[in-house]
Formats: sequence, structure tokens, C-alpha cells
Amino acid sequence: MVEIRFHGRGGQGTVLAAKILAEAVLRFGQAECLAMPEFGVERRGAPVTAYARVSKGKIRLRTRIYEPDVVVILDPTIGQSAEIAKGLKPSGLVLINTEHSAQEAAAAWSEARVICVPARAIALSLGLGSAASPIVNTAVCGALAAVTGLADSAALEAAIRASVPEKPEQNVEAARRAYEYCRETNHAAA
Amino acid sequence: MPRLEDEAPGTPNVIVSDRSMAENLTGNWRNLRPIIDPARCTGCLICWKFCPEACVELTQKVPLIHMEYCKGCGVCVEECPPACIEFQPEDAS
Amino acid sequence: MRKVLMGNHCAAVAAALAKVDVVSAYPITPQTQSVELLAEMEASGRFKGRFMRVESEHSAMAELLGAATAGARTFTSTSSQGLAYMHELLHWVSGARLPVVMVEVNRALAAPWNLWADQTDSLSQRDTGWMQFYCSDNQEILDTVLLAYRIAEQAAIPAMVVFDGFVLSHTYEAVDVPAQEDVDRFLPPYQPRQQLDVKRPLAFGSLTGPRDYIRLRRRLDGDLRRSIELVERAGREFERIFGRRYGLWEEYRCEDAEALLVASGAPGSTAKEAVDALRARGRRAGLLRLRAFRPFPAEALRRFVKAQTPLAVVDRNCSPGTGGIFFQEIKAALYPHPAPPPVYGFIAGLGGGDITQELLEEIWLEAADKRAEPGAARVEPVWMEDPR
Repeated sequence: MVEIRFHGRGGQGTVLAAKILAEAVLRFGQAECLAMPEFGVERRGAPVTAYARVSKGKIRLRTRIYEPDVVVILDPTIGQSAEIAKGLKPSGLVLINTEHSAQEAAAAWSEARVICVPARAIALSLGLGSAASPIVNTAVCGALAAVTGLADSAALEAAIRASVPEKPEQNVEAARRAYEYCRETNHAAA
Repeated sequence: MPRLEDEAPGTPNVIVSDRSMAENLTGNWRNLRPIIDPARCTGCLICWKFCPEACVELTQKVPLIHMEYCKGCGVCVEECPPACIEFQPEDAS
Repeated sequence: MRKVLMGNHCAAVAAALAKVDVVSAYPITPQTQSVELLAEMEASGRFKGRFMRVESEHSAMAELLGAATAGARTFTSTSSQGLAYMHELLHWVSGARLPVVMVEVNRALAAPWNLWADQTDSLSQRDTGWMQFYCSDNQEILDTVLLAYRIAEQAAIPAMVVFDGFVLSHTYEAVDVPAQEDVDRFLPPYQPRQQLDVKRPLAFGSLTGPRDYIRLRRRLDGDLRRSIELVERAGREFERIFGRRYGLWEEYRCEDAEALLVASGAPGSTAKEAVDALRARGRRAGLLRLRAFRPFPAEALRRFVKAQTPLAVVDRNCSPGTGGIFFQEIKAALYPHPAPPPVYGFIAGLGGGDITQELLEEIWLEAADKRAEPGAARVEPVWMEDPR
């Protein structure tokens, strides 16, 4: 079982990112996925959390995730507060939407393995959202698929087409660019 | 004796009536009878509008109160703008 | 076909598959998407029934009272305050013996304001004469709506399909969406025993004296008890067509258990992980996951329990002054038992608190190791919380 916790802000598509992952895992056909939002009173800009579990068998745990394997940060301004890192497994992975390098970002995360993806830059270059509120979820999903192997790019693209309310081609392209970016940087790091 | 007897399977589980509500004559509930004074009635139809039993009938001028249904509630007496409806005891006249 | 659906969408998809004639509903968090999707499907022509927009839940159920009296298959959904507002009409519908099916997404009742999962809303409608079925995953939501129509129409008793707000309503997972022709085989068109017909006018629900009234209530009481058989039969028919089996409850690793968790809704799914974890540590744990609350399977429960196997009843609900409602019902059902097992009541997760695997393990240990004082615990609930 892989347990993933998403942190973003209302309006960025954080909950949809978890749902896209579930769609991609279904299409990839190798595991089950359960995507669950942490709902407060929904407001644009407020911190939002979502959870996803991916497992070979039926997923029976229907609770929040307290000890994630992966923490995904859609909005770098949420920062690396203790709240965000809380419970992350020692061998865990942090995937951050940032233009900084992994080395720079890693300084803030002592134990964890840190992967950076410039999801904001990718989204804006494709006209997804605005500078004040970029829609980074599809790029982040591309990066997540690349670093975890939970879905391949074909499954992810089909999942995105089935899930996004508008601009399907731009969203697919955002995911594809982030996917390729993370595969390359991973290879470089390895 | 005080126990309810068992019922055959298929006993109807609701009770419906195919008798018309028109048979439900409520006029015998009344102990005061509303009488309209035709001289003062303006034909405004407030009595028709307010009657909870819907037993005031529209006519050319002075409305007609159907006494087989009128319960004698007095809403029309209270609401009539020119105060031309008067309650009279049933046994008067 | 397998599709990723949120719990609320499972309810809407099932209502459309059931070829519902009339939907009348008012949106409320966390039920909103269940009617939103039906409204969208109506607008795009994918749902052929009528969607009636109303100004309140009270009106929604009043519309369905009329529509069902006219012979329509009907659907609505609500939560919490909306259900409470609907309360008067729930009695009207069951008294009129109309098989309305309603999805009820559990949410806590105010005050104070709270949006999250809590079963006190549906359980406080216990005495309205509606059937209630509790679901623990999204597939079960879809399937139980279909089952509910089958059972409700055979019993002439309305049914609620109940599941946890957010934990199920907003959670996405892959579910098998059955083919329309299979649903049509399982669920033939609704054949009302009598209906409103302008060509043959009838008056329904008019003034009834005590002699008739007590007999009508007795028939409803008896028919609701006897609907246990219909629930089981519908479950077997469902399995023949769709391959998934649903009964009054689900047993998980109960055969040799030292003590049993008794849970409902989403925690009934998490509890399986708790049972497996306890077993991995050498403890013989088991789970009884309740699905049917009305009809309540009291007789089957008396046959099922063993004197030496305590029950740890998990209630995400509270009847102030008496405690957990499942706890009360189970104790009442076991009263005629010659040697009943100890029954412990645990209240947890009110207002959306997480009922975690670890918390469920602790609850089981409280009962299995008799840490909760047996005498007191049979009367008073133990309140539990995962501090995270």
C-alpha cells in the first residue's frame, strides 16, 4: 500500500489531483485506488488536504492518512511547516511544486527524499490558471506518476481527459511535460 | 378478548375511500349562522377568499354561503370590510 | 463497467439505473452531488425521469408523497438538518405504505454547526417506519439503492440508504456500474397495488378512527418485521445477477473469535483491517458489520451470539441520556437470550472524528480484555477518541 497526502490551496485542484490519480490507477490496471478529500468549509485560497491510497488488493481503510509514504505539495507557499511533514515515513518522499532545485529544497527536509517539479511554470506556459492562481494539479499528477510508477503516461493522459472540466489538451501536455521532467531529473540524480 | 385478532395475509395496508368529499356535510357543526346583508355588501369577495371550508359561492353580486357545508367558524364575519355579515343563532327565526 | 465514482455519484447513478420516474430534492452538504448529478443527467437527457425543484426538504418529501401515490417510482436524498426538517413527511410516507427510496448521507446535527459524519440524524428517524440500510463502501451504495427499490416495493415500506458524509460521500473509488439490462432484470417496473387515478377518484390518508388506526399500525409493524425475509431474498437474487451478496449483516472472521467488533458504515470497512492486525498479533478478533437497522435482525442476532464472546459495539451516534443507539438496540434484542454475551458500548467519531484502525483495535481490546468494567459498561457507554 502506498499512502499519499496532498497539500494545496482551495481552487488549485488539490482534490481533483487525488481523483485523477484514482482514474489513472484504474486505467493502468495494476492496483486499486481510493481518493478522499479532507473537507472543511470550502474557500478559495484556504489550505486543502486530500488523501490517496493505492494498493494491489481492495482498500478497506477509510480514514485520514497519518503516516504517508508520499507528501505532495501543490503550493510552495504552504511551506515546509511541521504540519505538512507530520507523520511522513523516514523513507518517505516529498514532491514539491517549485522552481528551486532538489538540492536547495532538500535542505528544508532533512530525512526525506525530495523531488521538485516546476509545475507552476509548466501550467502558466500552457495557459492553465493565472499567475495568482495557477492550476497545477495535472502537472503535479504527471510528476507523481513518474516518480512513483503508480501509472504510466498513457493511463494518466486518459484519466486527465476524463476528469478535467476544460482545456483537456493543455492539461494532458502539462502532465506529459512534468512526467518527462521528473524521469530525466530522476535519471540524473541516480 | 382484549387481544387484537390475527388478520389474514393480504389485508389492505391502507384505507382509501371512493366516496366523494361532497358527502361530508359539515353544516351540522354550526351553531351560529352567517347572514349577509345584501344592502351593504360591496361584492368585494373577501368572504369567498377567506372561507376555510370553500363554501362561499361567487354570484353576480352578493355571494351565496352554502349552509350544508358552513361550519360557522366566523372568519367571514370577522374579515368582511363593510362588516355586513352578521352571526345569528341557529335557532333564531 | 468499472468507473471511478464518488459515493454521492454512486447514489445518483443507481437512481437513474432504477429508472426512477420522479426525483424531488433540496441540496445540503454533504449530499449535494447526489442530486446535482441527477439534475445534470436530466438536463442532458440521460435521465428520463422528472426532476422537481423545491424550496425545502419538507416539500421534497411532500412531492414524493404525491408522486408515489400516483404510482411513480421516486427518489430523493438529504442529510442532517434537511432530514430533521423532513421528519413529519417521513411518517406520512410510511403510513401511506409508499416505497419511496431516499439516500441519507450522515452528518451531525446542530447546535453547534458541524458538517461531518455522524449517524444521529438517520438513527433519530428510527420510529418513522422506514427501512434503513447502512453502507460501508461506494459499490455497496450503488448496489443498496437498487436493492432498496426491490425490497421497498415488495414490502410497501419506504427505505433509506445511509452512508457516512465525506468519508464515503466524497471519496472516489472504482465501482462496477451494472449494465441497464441486468438492472432491468433485477428491478421490474413498479406495480403499485393502488394508485391515484383521475378516472377513478379515491381519497387517501383521510381521517381514521382508533379501531382502524391501531390495525394499520399493527400491519406496518408486522410487515416491517417480516421484511427481513425480503431483504435476504433480494440479496440472493442480486447475487445471482451481479455476483455480489448483501444480507442483513456481514460477518468477518467471526467463527473462533474471542470478542467481536460490531460496527456499521465506513468504520465497518476499516474494522476489517483492525481485525487482521489483531489476528497478526495472535488475538482472535472478529467483526459483525451491521447493514440493516430497520428491519432489525434481532432473532438472527440471538441465534448468532455466544455467551463467551463479548460484543464491542461502535456507535458514531448518541441518544443523549441513553448512549449509542446500536448499543441500545442490540441489548434489547438480546434480552430474551438465556445466556447473553457481555455487550460493551463505545461512542466514537461524533461530528466527523476519525474512527481509525488503531482506535478500533483499542475498542476491541477494551471488550476482549474486559478493561471496560463489565457491569457499568453494559449500561453506560465508553467514550473513545484517536488523539491524532
